[in-house]
This record gives sequence, C-alpha cells and structure tokens, in this order.
Amino acid sequence: MKRHALSTRLWHWINLVCVVILFMSGLNISNAHPRLYWGDWGFAPEDAWLIVPRFPDWMTIPGRYSLAGAREWHVLMAWPFALGLLLVWIAMLANRHFSRDLTTSRAEWRWSAIRSDIAKHLRLDFHHSGSKFNFLQKLAYGLVFGVLLPGLIATGMGISPGMEPLLSPMIELVGGRQSVRSLHFIFAWLLFGFFVVHVLLVLLSNPFRQLRDMITGGRDGA
Amino acid sequence: MERRGFMVGAAALFLGGCSKVADTPAAQSLFRASERWNRAAHRFLGGGGLVKEYDRSEISPFFRGNGSQTVDTPAYAASRAAGFADWRLTVTGLVANPLSLSLDNLKRLPQRSQITRHDCVEGWSAIGEWTGPQLSTILDGAQLLPDAQFIVFRCADTLNGSRYYESIDLDDAYHPQTIVAHALNGEPLPERNGAPLRLRVERQLGYKHAKYLTGIEAVASLEGIEGGNGGYWEDRGYHWYAGI
Repeated sequence: MKRHALSTRLWHWINLVCVVILFMSGLNISNAHPRLYWGDWGFAPEDAWLIVPRFPDWMTIPGRYSLAGAREWHVLMAWPFALGLLLVWIAMLANRHFSRDLTTSRAEWRWSAIRSDIAKHLRLDFHHSGSKFNFLQKLAYGLVFGVLLPGLIATGMGISPGMEPLLSPMIELVGGRQSVRSLHFIFAWLLFGFFVVHVLLVLLSNPFRQLRDMITGGRDGA
Repeated sequence: MERRGFMVGAAALFLGGCSKVADTPAAQSLFRASERWNRAAHRFLGGGGLVKEYDRSEISPFFRGNGSQTVDTPAYAASRAAGFADWRLTVTGLVANPLSLSLDNLKRLPQRSQITRHDCVEGWSAIGEWTGPQLSTILDGAQLLPDAQFIVFRCADTLNGSRYYESIDLDDAYHPQTIVAHALNGEPLPERNGAPLRLRVERQLGYKHAKYLTGIEAVASLEGIEGGNGGYWEDRGYHWYAGI
C-alpha cells in the first residue's frame, strides 16, 4: 500500500498553490483597509481592535498595491481551494484515511500521553508505532482540516454581500460581518503558522524522502 | 539577513511569474469565468432572498463617504442651494415611456425604508437607514422593452476627470431592496453620500451604489458605454459582479 493515496497527493500540491496565491493576494487586499473590527460595522481607527501593518510589495500578489488585481486572483483561486477541500474530505472518508489515521482515541487525550508526545517532539524524535500519525500530528491536521480550511471558506463567503441573504444567520451567530472578516484574517495567519511548522518539521525529518513520497506516494511502513 | 534575502528573491520570482500569468489571455478568461461562477452561485444559493435589515439602534453613528465627496461644479452647488428643486432623474433607453422625474415625483411614489449594511470593496462596513422608491416601480412606469438586459446609472460626479457610472442586471434591478434613495437616517441625503439621489443595490459592494444620480438608462449591452465594462471602477479592473 502507498504511504500517501493519489487523492491526498494531488490535493496536497493543488492546495499548496491555492493557499500561497490566496494568502499573498489576501495580504494585498488587507493593505486596502488595514483595520479589523468586531461587530457588524466599523470604518474608523478608533473602532478597530487591530491596526494591521502594511505588507510590503514582495509579500503580495500582484507585487504592487492593486486591490482590483488582488481580488481577481483571490476569488478565482477560492474555487479550486474550496472544491478541492470538499473532494479531499470525500476521498478521506471513502478510503478510510480519516477513520484509520486521523481520528484519536480517548487514551491519546490523557495528559501524560500528550506530555510524552511533546517531549518526544522536542527531542526531534518522530518515531511512533501503531498508527501513521502521532497525537500532535492528528491534532494539527484535525484543526487544519476541520477548522482552519473550512473556516476560511465559510468566513470568505460570509463577508460576500451576495451571500448575505443565505448566510446572515451564520454572520449574526459570529457577531456580525466585521467579526467574520476579522476571523477570516485570523484563520489565514493560523494557517500560515501551520505552514511554517509543517515545513520546519519536514525539513527536520528526512525532507527528501518526505517530498518524494508526497509526489510518488512512497510505500507504507518504509 | 541572508535567509530574508532568499525569501525576498523567491517571492520576487514567484510574483514575476504570477504577473506574467495574469497578463495571458488564458488567465484573463479564467478571471472573467470566475466572476460568472460567483454570480451564478450567489443567485442559485441566495435565491432572490433579502439581505438582513437592522434595528434603528444598530445604525452606525457616522456614515462615511467614499470616492466622490461632492460634485465639483457651479451647477451642482446652485442646485443644492435651491434644495435640488430643479434636479431631474431621466429614465431613457429601451423603454416605451421615457421619464423625467423631479425629487417630488420620486417622493410621491410608494416608499421603502430599509436599515442595511453597506460593505465597501476595501473592507469596511457602515449601517444606515435608506428611504426611496423601489427601482422596479420606476422601471415599470417607464415600461421596459423586451430587449433591455442591463440598467445603466448616470451620475453627476467625476473621479479623476472621468464621469462616474454604474450598471446592474435585471435580477438586481427588480430585487425588492434595490431602491433610489433620497434620504439617509430620515434626513435628505448628505452631500458626501450622494445628494440628492443614490442607488442602493444591497447584495453588492459599495462601488455599485452610484451616487448623484441624474439618469437611468435601459440597454441591451454594456459595450460602447464609456470604457465598455459597465462602470467607472469596472473600467479600471474591478469586477462588474461585486457580490463578493
């Protein structure tokens, strides 16, 4: 059996392209109005809970301030991003990747077990037996697949006025449109945080094999 | 420092690639296609429903004016000083019964008041109470001809030397919350918010809500009108469908 299913590998790389373009065009959009608010409305600095720094051109798509250009990239790439997540969830459930590798058992939630997992991670010891992923990996992937990625799609749709007739109950539940916009921004940076840790841990654990396996599929247990 | 240099270099390469891709006909047609997908998805999922209307207590204390803050002509100043008594809103184009309406004419039509949230493309929001006749009432009075596909809004203001204008399709034109507003929070429209008349098209972003309205024109196509993309900002690269 392959270490990574074809659906996982395809999604992984398509999603990487989507996320990078969405994040960098999102930073350009942030530059258009770099203030975040809670509640339904807000426009003035004194209403804001956060004044966001201006992101330099080398971090943004396009590589100069262009709200129109950034929005073209952002709303285009949102489609493969959202549909890809939907399809990979269906695949994960169908091929039992989710139930086999990503669900946790009650024993894994014991503090002693979590503590030893953290200690092993800090020693850069990534060996674990029994299942494909250790608890911290399951937790990270669970948060990414269950909260951050779907959350980014839901909040992105929630700040679109065209979706307002359908989504206003959800928007009110979160506290208003500007709260939804703030969450969109927070989720994006949490995903960036995951991205950094993910890349670091790959670099620390045989990066060439990891990269090769995410392309060719590799062999399970190899 | 070296690592940062590498990151900047990698980003520059990636960005250069992206802007090259963005200029290709294939990317441009994908951008246009995604705009159609967004509109189709919103129309399908939203099903013509209404946007949320708020309580008076939720109105924001100040309604920011963006873009044009006034119309910079002596004629506008004179009309404003006279309470816009001579202001006319013409309804022309593909209609059987062209109209020229005064503010009084508009105020005598059945009125709709709605407390809605205005979302700017930049990201900010404000809540206000808008009052005016539904656009559908005006269009019915003018008797739209079967060829009409879009409604174009002519404005008195200019931005960077060009006339502001906007356009919407008939689905938005006949939406119950699409109104020609003459009042904000119970008072005549402030100058910065488009006095004496502005469009409210609640399922789209702020730049679609044309201010300082002078004319409504029913057309079959947006080609040949100003830059041909259906609006001032659309001619400068922004989406014509601004529901996202």
